[in-house]
Parts: sequence; structure tokens; C-alpha cells
Amino acid sequence: MINIELIQKTAESLMAKAAIEIPDDYLTGLQKAANDEDGDLSSFVLEAMLENYVAAKEDRRAMCGDTGCPRWYVKMGNEAQIDGGPIALEAALRRATANATKSVPLRPNRVHPLWRTDHDNNVGIGAPEIEYGFEPDGNWIDLVTVHKGGLFGTDYRMLFPSDGIEGIKRFYLDSLVAFGKRGLACQPAIIGIGLGGSKDTCMVLGKRAACLRMVGDRNPDPKIAALEDEFKELGNNIGMGAMGFVGKSMVIDCNIEVGYCHTGGMQMSVHAFCLSSRRAVARIYDDGRVEFRTDPAWFTDYQRRETVEW
Amino acid sequence: MVKDNKLRKIRLSANPTAEALADLRIGDIVYLDGTVYTAREGVYKRVLEDGIAMPMDLPAYSAANFHCSPAATQHDDGSFDLGAVTATASFRFSKWIGPWLDASGAKLIIGKGGMSSKDYREHFVPHGAIYLTTVGYGTGALLGRGVKQVSNLHWKKELGLAQAMWVLDVENFGPFIVESDLDGNSLFERENARISASLDKVYEGTRPAVLKRFGETDDRSDEMI
Repeated sequence: MINIELIQKTAESLMAKAAIEIPDDYLTGLQKAANDEDGDLSSFVLEAMLENYVAAKEDRRAMCGDTGCPRWYVKMGNEAQIDGGPIALEAALRRATANATKSVPLRPNRVHPLWRTDHDNNVGIGAPEIEYGFEPDGNWIDLVTVHKGGLFGTDYRMLFPSDGIEGIKRFYLDSLVAFGKRGLACQPAIIGIGLGGSKDTCMVLGKRAACLRMVGDRNPDPKIAALEDEFKELGNNIGMGAMGFVGKSMVIDCNIEVGYCHTGGMQMSVHAFCLSSRRAVARIYDDGRVEFRTDPAWFTDYQRRETVEW
Repeated sequence: MVKDNKLRKIRLSANPTAEALADLRIGDIVYLDGTVYTAREGVYKRVLEDGIAMPMDLPAYSAANFHCSPAATQHDDGSFDLGAVTATASFRFSKWIGPWLDASGAKLIIGKGGMSSKDYREHFVPHGAIYLTTVGYGTGALLGRGVKQVSNLHWKKELGLAQAMWVLDVENFGPFIVESDLDGNSLFERENARISASLDKVYEGTRPAVLKRFGETDDRSDEMI
């Protein structure tokens, strides 16, 4: 049985870690981009960002004033049991979100869409989102918090098989150029692309591709992995850098995830995980051990399983 | 550490003189000293649409309007805990900016992403105001360091923490980049034009979607196929 107080306490630490500490994989990617960048203004922006991450850690303050919309991805091993069950788990994650909003502090971003009611704690109807995944075996629970920022950089389009790779490239470039101007996408970003599924699952896949994969890892399908490399290169050759200034740093990495779709369609979504690519992960075991990490390790073979197990 | 490059770095008062503003060129890096305040859609609606009086004397107190909601909280004893500070995208406030410059006398509008050069020419230039963009846009921790204290918080109850009017005493607060000058030129528009010149080449080997969307044609009687 996994202790519920331990879940809440761990979740509160994760909220602070995500807001304050830039994950190493993204940081390494950005350092490389800063070394390669030769645009004056774009270079200045990247150097300022690198300084900013240091300041955030030194001062233990959030790296960005817009602390995004905190959300939770929960993964459970098949043998895991939670003290109080799933209802207690959700209550603990909501409490942790509210407590951390005050203690870090985070910006209380979440409001009612029409009445703009703000509880000043990032908790409300459907907020924070809590999504679930499962793995065979295991008496542990993984808590992943992502504080995704940005009102800009994400788009969806129904493409068709006849659009082909050329159509996918067009929509990818359209999304980067449209939201890259003036730096609205807060690039250089981790770009996640969802292909297939249905409209909702396509969005979910693309968002997870952006937020739950590490910079530098590749899709296990070698042809998709080659596309990821090609799209990263393509994005960095638009001629645009940070803040939409002339440069070549748009994409720290490009991750593609796919799901089976209707035979006549080819859904596509594009997501940008910004300069503050905030994610933090912990695994809690039923014997009370807690292991913190930054790799969500979400996309396992089990999550990408191809067909019936029989 | 910031690489040494050709960009000019300038300390500027948050109540700047006309001469100091005239000296600025688009692309200059600016750090502010003095007092700035946050005001965005909540404050704009309240003052400009609901006609409620300003809670402080502007621009005497401050001529620098920051499009921002800080990551901050107010404790029960009234004290503040302010962490990171980052701007929000300014283009959304276009319809209010002219009346706001009239009402507030602001000389510096600070935000994310700038506004259009049309807004600059119509509203900023006649008021002798310029636009400073934040950097990144995520230098929230650096900007947080530049805030010496929260000197006031207006309309917390009415607007909530994110939309309330935060009054911040700042020192070496930055970096910001000069996005518009007193003639209404826009740095972003200059950069967009440079990038657009080579976009056709980037798009080679792609093709438009089989199914069109509204917005890709101006004729609403068109079919999307």
C-alpha cells in the first residue's frame, strides 16, 4: 500500500522542482543551440535564458513568471495499491497543486473560462488535469508534473493520406512560422507532433511527445526517428531564432508519436514545449522509497503496443 | 554569462525624460530603475470601460506599465512573497492601448512580443511612448531579482492576484529590448521582413493541405476542397 501523505508530500516537492529547475536534457540542448547561434539578438536571448536558469536555482524562485498550467501524469505498476484509492490520490494531487502555488510561489493562472473566477491556487473545474497510464508488474506509482506554458504554438489539422509527408512538412512549418514570429511560441522549444489517432487522441499524443520525452531520444520506429531528425533540422533552417529574431534556434528537439487512425485520414497536431520546459518525476514504492528523476519514461513498449496481446 | 556583442546596454529611469527616450534605438538592451506597475485586461476594463478611478497618481508615480502577472502571493499579514516575473503577450491589448496612454500618461509599455507598428504610429508616437519587450520570454528569475519590493497591490479583491495592479520598486530591472522607437519603428517587424525573404526556399518540397480552412481564402462562399 502506497502511503497517501507520502504521495502528497512528494507531489509538492515535484511542483517546486518543475517550476525552478530546468531539466538537464533541455539545458544541454539549449547550451548547444547557444553555441551554434550567430544572430546577435537571438544569441543575446539564449545567453540571458542560460543566466536565468542559474538565477532560478540559486534563489529557489520560479524560472519564469508565467508558471504555466500545472498538470499531472500518473503511471501505476499493475500491483500498486494506493492508500485511500484513486479518489484519495486525486484529492492529494489537487491539494499539492494548491499548496505549492502558495509556497513556491507560482502564478495562479487557472480561471473559469467565462466568469474568470480565480481561486488563486491553480485548482478548479478540470484543473489540474490528471491523466493515467499503467505498466505490467511493479508496486510503484510514477508522478509526473508538467507545467506547460503558452497560449501559442499549438495547432491541429485533419490531413489525408494524399497529403503525404509533403503535407505534414507544410503544416509543421506553418505552425513554427506562425507562432515563431515575435517569439510567441517562446522558442527554442521541444516540438511534439501527434500523428493519427482521432482528433482528441492526436492532440494528447502530440502534447505527450513534447512534454514526456527527453531531448535526444528517438522513436523506436527507425523511419519515424529519421523524420524526427529531419524535422529538427528543417525547423532550425527557417532563418528564425529566439523571439522571432533572425537566427537558427527554433527547435531543441522534435518528437513524433503516432496512433492508429481512420483509414481515410491522417490527423496531425503540433505542440511547443517552451524555453521553460518544466517537468519533474518521482517514483514512489509501496515500501516508502521515493526516487526523483527528470525522465518521465512514459513511452514504453507497453504504451506503444501494436496489436492484441492474445 | 552574456556574450559580449555589439548590442548597446543602457540603464533607464522608469520615469524617463523625452531626451532619454529619443536616444534609444530599436535593438538596444535596457535595464530599468524606479517604479513600475502591472496593468492588463482586468485593469484596462475597470478603468477604461467601467470608469473607475485609478488607485494611484499616474504618471507622477510611475510611467512604466508592465503587461505582467507575477508569480507571487500575499501572506495573511499583508507581506508579499514575489518569485518570478514575466510578461504576457501585448497584442491582445491593442483596443485599449490608445485610451490607456491618454489616461495613464505611460511612456514605457513593457510586455511580450510587442504590438503592431500601426499601434505605435497611432498611439505611441503621439504620446512620446515606446515599447520594451521582455527577453526570452522566460527571464522570470532575473526580473524577479530586479524587484526590490512590492510597494503596493491594488484591486486584489476585485481582480484576483493575476489581474491585480502590482506596484513594484525596481533596480537594474531587466533585461528588456527596445522594440519600438519614438518614430514608431518596430524591431520585430524588421526581423520578420528579413526572415520572410527566404521563406519560399524553406517551403520547397512541401504542399498545401488537400482540405482547406477558412482563413486560407477570403471568400466565404468558397468550398474548402
